[in-house]
Amino acid sequence: MSTRQLQSIFPDEDSVHGALLALRKAGFIIQEVYAPYAVHGLDRAAGLRRSRIGFVTVAAAAVGSISFYYFQDWVSAMSWPLNIGGKPYSSAPAWIPVVFEVGVLTAGLATVLALFVRSGLYPGKKPLLVDPRVTDDRFALMMDIADAGFDVDEARSICRRHGAESVKEVLTPARRKKPRQPEIQSLEVWR
Amino acid sequence: MARTAWAMRQPLIGGQKTPGQVTLDVSRPLEGRATPLWWGALLVSVTMLVAGIVAVSYQIKTGIGTWGLNRTIGWSFDITNFVFWIGIGHAGTLISAILFLLRQKWRTSVNRSAEAMTLFAVMCAGIFPIIHMGRPWLAFWFLPYPNFRGPLWVNFRSPLLWDVFAISTYFIISAVFWYVGLIPDLATLRDRFKSGFKQRMFSLFSLGWNGALTTWNRYETVYLILAAALATPLVLSVHSIVSFDFATSVIPGWHTTVFPPYFVAGAIFSGMSMVLTLMIIARQTMRLEDYLTHNHIDSMTKLVLATSSMVAIAYATEFFVALYSGNEYERFAFLNRAMGPMAWSYWTMVSCNVLVPQIFWFRRMRRTLPVVFVATIFVNVGMWFERFVIITTSLHRDFLPSSWASYTPTLIEILTLVGSFGLFFTCFLIFCRFLPMIAMAEVKGVLNAHLRPEHGEAEPQPDLEAAAMAETSPVPLDLKPEESPT
Repeated sequence: MSTRQLQSIFPDEDSVHGALLALRKAGFIIQEVYAPYAVHGLDRAAGLRRSRIGFVTVAAAAVGSISFYYFQDWVSAMSWPLNIGGKPYSSAPAWIPVVFEVGVLTAGLATVLALFVRSGLYPGKKPLLVDPRVTDDRFALMMDIADAGFDVDEARSICRRHGAESVKEVLTPARRKKPRQPEIQSLEVWR
Repeated sequence: MARTAWAMRQPLIGGQKTPGQVTLDVSRPLEGRATPLWWGALLVSVTMLVAGIVAVSYQIKTGIGTWGLNRTIGWSFDITNFVFWIGIGHAGTLISAILFLLRQKWRTSVNRSAEAMTLFAVMCAGIFPIIHMGRPWLAFWFLPYPNFRGPLWVNFRSPLLWDVFAISTYFIISAVFWYVGLIPDLATLRDRFKSGFKQRMFSLFSLGWNGALTTWNRYETVYLILAAALATPLVLSVHSIVSFDFATSVIPGWHTTVFPPYFVAGAIFSGMSMVLTLMIIARQTMRLEDYLTHNHIDSMTKLVLATSSMVAIAYATEFFVALYSGNEYERFAFLNRAMGPMAWSYWTMVSCNVLVPQIFWFRRMRRTLPVVFVATIFVNVGMWFERFVIITTSLHRDFLPSSWASYTPTLIEILTLVGSFGLFFTCFLIFCRFLPMIAMAEVKGVLNAHLRPEHGEAEPQPDLEAAAMAETSPVPLDLKPEESPT
């Protein structure tokens, strides 16, 4: 099973940005944009929300640091209490540096792991490249044609007008997930 | 007018590059054969590394009695080297994290190699405390793992243990940060190379990256979190904790509250100088003049000057507080530094760290590469001496004149330092040859940065009206002239 898609290749970030906004204004649903580098504002133009990975960071930092605080307390005051320079067994202020470092460590590792899991990145994965140049210097904009209301000609002309180098229909392997359907109203939701 | 302000900016990258040319330029050194210069440099570094390995093996087999330490001076050369290397590492995180947070876009040309430098410097630093243990094969005793000796745990109240956590966290997070930054570039190289071992490696480590905007969206958030929320406080904490090794003791000259900020400023100072030294070499030998422009060098030398001033203030504060404290041991420690038998090291430190960087007040000096190169080497020497002064001069004349002693490093100790430089440069040369030295995906994003408004300046909002206009106008949105608020 594969999907028919309209693939437009753009030579630079400004043309793809313009086309993206114009297409969304005209009511087209963009399936995905492929870019060689992060373009400021392109994700917002595509109606993408800000990623919620930050919650993973906060949770991991909390779990890591709180549990390590109690671990230090348990080690020093319960498992094998040692009198060190007459200091209290549970010397809370002295736990802070290690609590901080362990919090940063768990938060960093969890955040990156969350990115990999959420974006389906893993070592040795075969990349699904729409065009080999999208990791070099070209931008690709993909739209599903399957929808009966899809006006191929209008989409083509908008892309062309905004500077697309080529617009063609391609067959791509079916995706497992339901395509994301960004709402145009969400443009101004964040920031 | 705000608009003219950004219209007159110089491009960050010279030579009017397109994204495609960036890919070509950055992957060129990875594709062809290595130059004779590279082989020559590798030969020298590996020789230094081998000398270091021989010295370290000998001292592990014989014991650290092979060092020049004595009962009074229990820490000297090795801990100096440790603090020196940790400090070198800090510039990488400064450039990648703190300058990212401050939206300094010029950092994109430098950050990849500066982060690599961080990793290698932390590796070099880690060697010294481990060999100082005397029985380095038991280094894992530093980790709090369940054991059958009691269980006998580590002492979490000790700053030396805080160091273990700080430095291992620093190494791991720096490595992760560096790798996350590499992924899009590895994907670019994967698609550039047709076959061969390198292509398979790039393919394995690029994790199937395909440039999808949804992934970029998450990736940018993750990068921001790593830089702003984690690496920035981390880099400040690591050298603070290193300074606690000294500051929490009762030795006059060590026992001061100014140490954490003083050490962090010093670390960034020495690290920026090392970045400059390496960048000037890389720029000249690898034809990166368009990427590491005079403007980059200029900005970095300004940072060197700024941190030099902070370090100078710290020297003055330290001295003033010692004289003003009314504590005779404290006062003696500082007068002894400046006028005692090791005064030469103190004045080397002051001349290299405070006087030499003053030439960077002059624009012409900041833009003359040989001057910058020589000055940064002086700073590196000076910063090494700073740690030597703090550690050795504070110890060599302590409370009891009967226990006063002197210190001279042995050949073994010097060779260990040489070996750590060998390790550093060997790793760096291998990195230059097999991985992209310039963060391509980031540089591509700032090629037109000078044409766009900075954050906080009038920014054309890509809103719905703009979208409507774009539909009828072929003019790209971001370059459309618009009214400025002023």
